[in-house]
Amino acid sequence: MAKRIEVSDLDIYYGDFKAVEGVNVAIEPRSITALIGPSGCGKSTFLRSLNRMHEVIPGARVEGKVVMDGQDLYGADVDPVNVRRQIGMVFQRPNPFPTMSIYENVLAGNRLNSKRMKKAEADDVVERSLRGANLWNEVKDRLDRPGSGLSGGQQQRLCIARAIAVEPDVLLMDEPCSALDPISTLAIEDLMTELKDRFTIVIVTHNMQQAARVSESTGFFNLNGVGQPGRLIEFNPTEKIFSNPDEKATEDYISGRFG
Amino acid sequence: MTATKAPSEPRSQQAVRRPGDRIFAGSAKASGVFILLVLAGVAAFLVSEAVPALTAPAEDVPGGEGLGAYVAPLVLGTLLGAVLALLVATPLAVGIALYVTYYAPRRVAATMGYVIDLLAAIPSVVYGFWGLAVLAPALVPFHVWAADTLGFLSFFAGPASTSGRTMFTVGLVLAVMILPIISAISREVFSQAPALHREAALALGATRWEMIRMAVLPYGKSGVIGGAMLGLGRALGETMAVAIVLSGGAGATLNLISSSNPSTIASNIALRFPEATGLGINTLIASGLVLFVITLAVNMLARWIVNRRADFSGAN
Ligand SMILES: Nc1ncnc2c1ncn2[C@@H]1O[C@H](COP(=O)(O)OP(=O)(O)OP(=O)(O)O)[C@@H](O)[C@H]1O
Ligand SMILES: [Mg+2]
Repeated sequence: MAKRIEVSDLDIYYGDFKAVEGVNVAIEPRSITALIGPSGCGKSTFLRSLNRMHEVIPGARVEGKVVMDGQDLYGADVDPVNVRRQIGMVFQRPNPFPTMSIYENVLAGNRLNSKRMKKAEADDVVERSLRGANLWNEVKDRLDRPGSGLSGGQQQRLCIARAIAVEPDVLLMDEPCSALDPISTLAIEDLMTELKDRFTIVIVTHNMQQAARVSESTGFFNLNGVGQPGRLIEFNPTEKIFSNPDEKATEDYISGRFG
Repeated sequence: MTATKAPSEPRSQQAVRRPGDRIFAGSAKASGVFILLVLAGVAAFLVSEAVPALTAPAEDVPGGEGLGAYVAPLVLGTLLGAVLALLVATPLAVGIALYVTYYAPRRVAATMGYVIDLLAAIPSVVYGFWGLAVLAPALVPFHVWAADTLGFLSFFAGPASTSGRTMFTVGLVLAVMILPIISAISREVFSQAPALHREAALALGATRWEMIRMAVLPYGKSGVIGGAMLGLGRALGETMAVAIVLSGGAGATLNLISSSNPSTIASNIALRFPEATGLGINTLIASGLVLFVITLAVNMLARWIVNRRADFSGAN
């Protein structure tokens, strides 16, 4: 079930260093939101603050509000573990568990969330998720082999399968295609377009065409200088960002006149 | 690679051979050969000195019933003490390692690390006297209780020793002695569990313990086994502490808590060697050869366990 996320006045810190400042944005359900911007401006940091993965780094903290369908994710009584169960994440580098088979990798999240699963039910989840991630045909004959024996693109799709197997409300993807070839990239882009019917998707990408191809809305992050916090400079429908952005900085960045 | 070996291609040979490489390769090879020579020398010495005991008529061997009857109780004693130590120390060491790497506040973790490493620096004589003077008397009530309530197990059949100088106490002393090595190695491998996989687990909504189970323990498993085997090797060969604590010598029995324990190979050699003569010495050396073989077998077993699921080890 896709959900809407509202972020208000969000500041994100690593210890004393303020990495991101004053983010206000509403992320719509059943759509793809792309985040672009130069390296080091805080896209990954912001993305990780949405599912409370930011705070697993020692000293890292957040000020401000992130509200998902009325629920404050940073509320005092909210367990970060539950937040992460609702908001899945795919990382830049494919990270299937090397000690688990492909089958067990897909079920890793389900095994956490639930009591015992019947074999038939588990088989069903595995097939559905792998089909969902466009990987089923390639691995259906070797589900008991280690996930680390797949190609990079296959591993990344395995990670997507693992993330969608638990039916999260939101899927966060941090440069999911940056380690992949163009064909795997297209496969994953197609996949995102299919998945957005069911999930809210937020993707960080350095690939401008990718943002333009897949997303409904785009946010542009930038920073004023080294040591300064990153800011969300502009957030608009993707078409507008790429044709007629409000901000000069956005236009400079997407047209390559950056710096 | 083949080009460097083929003398018919002098050009490529010149291109790859640099003096630094050659010196390093040479010295590495020399070290490797040296350790093999030392091992072979020790093995040859053991075998040649053991042969008289192996071939002697049974009634001439100390004990009068042949080498097998002489060594068997010692082997049993050695294994009992070492395995007990391993069973106690491994879970404890893994717990300590996990606490230090993933639960303790950073300063506590560092202090604990030092303290545990310090345990390894204590000479084994000191452990022996500690076992004799402190642990053994302290464990007497446990011996009595175990004989009463767990007496149906052959390990605790009793009658309970009144001095506490039993195989059970020895096992615990050995456990403390091998704790540092197992926990140090476990700590090392646990702290190297890749952040990539730890974050993957957390992002799926794993609690800390679930994260450890998914991403840390599987990754560290072979390291823990390796550490445990090193510990086992140390426990098998431990001499002084066992010789001091154990009041054994009689009978081959599984009973851990009575005063009639079998001794261990190493402590038996240490205790008997000063007064041994002639065939007595050969017999002791033959028992040493048996210990050598046991240790070798343990190491090969460990290697086999570590390699068995290399596919899934995460090394690729
Ligand atoms: N673990 C960390 N500890 C301290 N500072 C960090 C940490 N991770 C990131 N930072 C800092 O936070 C800022 C934002 O980093 P972040 O990784 O979010 O950038 P990014 O926009 O994702 O860049 P890229 O496009 O290169 O991935 C940078 O200045 C970076 O140095
Ligand atoms: Mg990043």
